[in-house]
Amino acid sequence: MNQESDQAPITDAPCACSPSTPCEDPKKKTRREFMLALGLGLNAIAGAAVGIPLLGYVFSSFLKPHELDWVILGSVEKFPEGKTRLGNYKNPFHRSWDGSTADIPCWVRRIKGNEFQVFAINCAHLGCPVRWFEESKLFMCPCHGGAYYEDGERAAGPPPRGLYTYEFKIDNGNLMILAGALPTLAQPNA
Amino acid sequence: MKVPIQKLTDLGLGVFNWVDDRLHVKKIWESTAGHHVPQSAGSWFYVFGSATLLCFMLQLVTGIMLALVYVPSADEAYATLEYLTYHQQLGWFLRAMHYWGSDFMVGIMLLHMTQVYLFGAYKYPREITWLSGLALLVCTLGLAFTGQVMRFDEDAYWGLGIGASIMGRVPFIGQQLVDFMLGGQIIASETLSRFFALHVFVLPGAVIALVSLHLRMVLTKGINEYPVPGMLVRRETYDKEYAAILKKEGVPFFPKAIDKDIITSAFVIGGIVACAFFFGPKGPGGPADPLQINANPRPDFWFLWIFSIAALMPAEIETFALLVGPAVVGLILVALPFLNGTGEKSWRRRPVAVIVTLLVWISLGILTYLGTTSPWSPVMNAWSAEVTPDAQILHRTPLQLQGAITLQYKQCRNCHAIEGLGGERGPSLSDVGMRLTKPQLVRQVVQGGGNMPAYGQNLSPSEVEALVAYMITLRAEGVPPARDVTLSRNTKN
Ligand code: FES
Repeated sequence: MNQESDQAPITDAPCACSPSTPCEDPKKKTRREFMLALGLGLNAIAGAAVGIPLLGYVFSSFLKPHELDWVILGSVEKFPEGKTRLGNYKNPFHRSWDGSTADIPCWVRRIKGNEFQVFAINCAHLGCPVRWFEESKLFMCPCHGGAYYEDGERAAGPPPRGLYTYEFKIDNGNLMILAGALPTLAQPNA
Repeated sequence: MKVPIQKLTDLGLGVFNWVDDRLHVKKIWESTAGHHVPQSAGSWFYVFGSATLLCFMLQLVTGIMLALVYVPSADEAYATLEYLTYHQQLGWFLRAMHYWGSDFMVGIMLLHMTQVYLFGAYKYPREITWLSGLALLVCTLGLAFTGQVMRFDEDAYWGLGIGASIMGRVPFIGQQLVDFMLGGQIIASETLSRFFALHVFVLPGAVIALVSLHLRMVLTKGINEYPVPGMLVRRETYDKEYAAILKKEGVPFFPKAIDKDIITSAFVIGGIVACAFFFGPKGPGGPADPLQINANPRPDFWFLWIFSIAALMPAEIETFALLVGPAVVGLILVALPFLNGTGEKSWRRRPVAVIVTLLVWISLGILTYLGTTSPWSPVMNAWSAEVTPDAQILHRTPLQLQGAITLQYKQCRNCHAIEGLGGERGPSLSDVGMRLTKPQLVRQVVQGGGNMPAYGQNLSPSEVEALVAYMITLRAEGVPPARDVTLSRNTKN
C-alpha cells in the first residue's frame, strides 16, 4: 500500500485524481504495473509447474495405453469336454495389497479338444457376476434378470450383447487367456 | 468463603471484551445468527435445511471416529470393518450412526429441496442459493455412493462394477473414463483408495465450501418469506418488497425464529440414534472377493430406484437414457431459476409444480419398492429349494409326472412360480394350461420369445412332450385346457 499518498492532501492535479485512486508519479505507476504483470506471470508459471504434473497424475488413464497380458488358467485337462467350469486367475497387474480382489473368476467352456470359449464373469449389461446353470444350459445374472445361452449369446433380459470373451491360446498343455481389464461395452472386441 | 461475584463478572466481561476487540465476535454473531428473517419464515416447513446441515455435522464426527480404525486398503478394509462391527467397543454403534445418518441426510435433503421447489424459494433473487443447493445434492449423493464403497463388501465390489459399466457406455472416451474411475483397468486396491480420498477429503471439503456459500446467500439475499398466493415476484420490485416485509415483521433468526429448528434437530438426532440402536449398521455383507460368484449385489436404499430403472429400461434406449437422462435432468434443474424465476411462488397456485412433485415422489417410491423386491431377478435356487404343491402333483399320468420333473430339473422355476413359489421373472405357471394351447406351449418352450430363452437345444423331443403334457394340467379345477378358437370353430362346422 502506498501510505504517503493516503495521507497526503489531495490537490488538483493534471491527472484524474480521486480519493480512491490518488495521483501517482507516472514512472512509479509503470513500475508498479510492470511488477504486477511480472508477479502474475511468475505465478502462472508456478501454477503450471504444479498443475500439469498434478493433472498428469490424476488423469494418467487418458495417457496410458490399455494393456493386457497372458495368464494361465490351468492345464487343459482340468476342463472336461462339453462342460462349462468356473476358472480363476490372478490379475496380471495385481498389487501386493490387492487382497482378494486380485483373483478374478471366469467361465471356461471346453467344447471339444482344443476348442474353448472363455467368458468374463461380468454381465454385459452392468457387470454383475453371471452364474452358470448346467441343467438349463444358461448363464443367469442376479441383478436385472439377464440370461445367456451356453455359447455366450444373449438369451433374455437387458444385456445389449452376449457375454464378453477372452482371447485364449493353448501353450504347453496349459489354457491361457489374455486378461487384465474389467470388460465393459467400451471394448467392443471383448 | 465469600465469592467475589462482582469481581468474577468483571473479569469475565473483561476477557470477553478483549477477545471481541480482536475478533469482532459480537458483530459477526449479530450479522449471522442475529440476521433478520420474516416472521413467517419461522415455520415448520422451514426446518429441513438446518436439519440436513445437522446430519452432515454428525456425519463428520462419526466419520472421523470410524477413520480411527478403518484401513482403506483392498487387502484389509473388510477385516477392519469386521473388527469395527464385532470387536471394537461401540464400533457397531458408531457404524450404525454413520450409516443411518447418511440415510437421514439424503432423505431430509430431498424434503428440503421439495419444500424449496413448492414454495418458489428458488426464484429471483435466490438463484445462486438454488444452484449451490444443487451442487450440495450432487456432493451428498456422491458421499452416499462412495460411502457404500467404503464398506468394501460384495455389494461395494459389484456396485463399482456397475458404475464402471455405465462409464464404459460413454462414446469415444469410455475406456479412459472406466480406468479413471477405477484407478486402473480393474476393480482393485487403487479403486478403494480413490473412493476413500473422495469420501473423506474431496467431497466433505466441497460440502463445507458449498454450505458456506449457501448460507452466505441466505444472509445476503434473505430467507424466502412464506409465500402468499397471488403475491407475484417481479425483478423490479421484489427487493423493495422484501425489505418492507423485513421492516414490518422481521425478527432476529436467533432467538426469535430458531425454536422449530432446534426442536427438529433433537428429533432428527433422536431418530438417527434410535435407528442405529434398534436396527444396527448395514452389513458388511460377504467380502469383496470376486471368486464368491454367488453374490446378489444390491445398492443402498437411496440408489435402489436407479437399480430398478436399469432392470426395466428397454435395452435399445438404455445407453442413451443412462448417459443423456441425468444430463437433461441436471440441465432442467440448473435452468429452473432462470426460466421460471419470477411470478407466483405459492404452490396453491402452481398446479403443474404440485403435479411434477407428486409424480417424481410417486415414481421414486414405486421404483424403490420394486428395487427391494426385484421381481425381474431369477430366484437362483428355486429349482432345488421350492416344493411343488400337492395339487400340482396328484392324479397325474406318468408322462405328466415326468414333465413335472423336467420342469423342476431344467430350472424353469427360477423364473416361473407355481402357486407363488419360485421366480417372478416370467409369468406364473399356476394356470398356464388355461392360457396357452399345446402347440403354443411347444413353440414357447422350444423357440423362446418375449423375454424367454429358447430351450430347443437343451431339451430332447421326449422331454418337450412330457413338459408340455404336464403344463397343460396346470389350471384351476374344472376348467378345460386352452383351445385354439379357430380350430374349435372348424370342428363345429
Ligand atoms: S447386470 Fe446382468 S442383467 Fe443387469
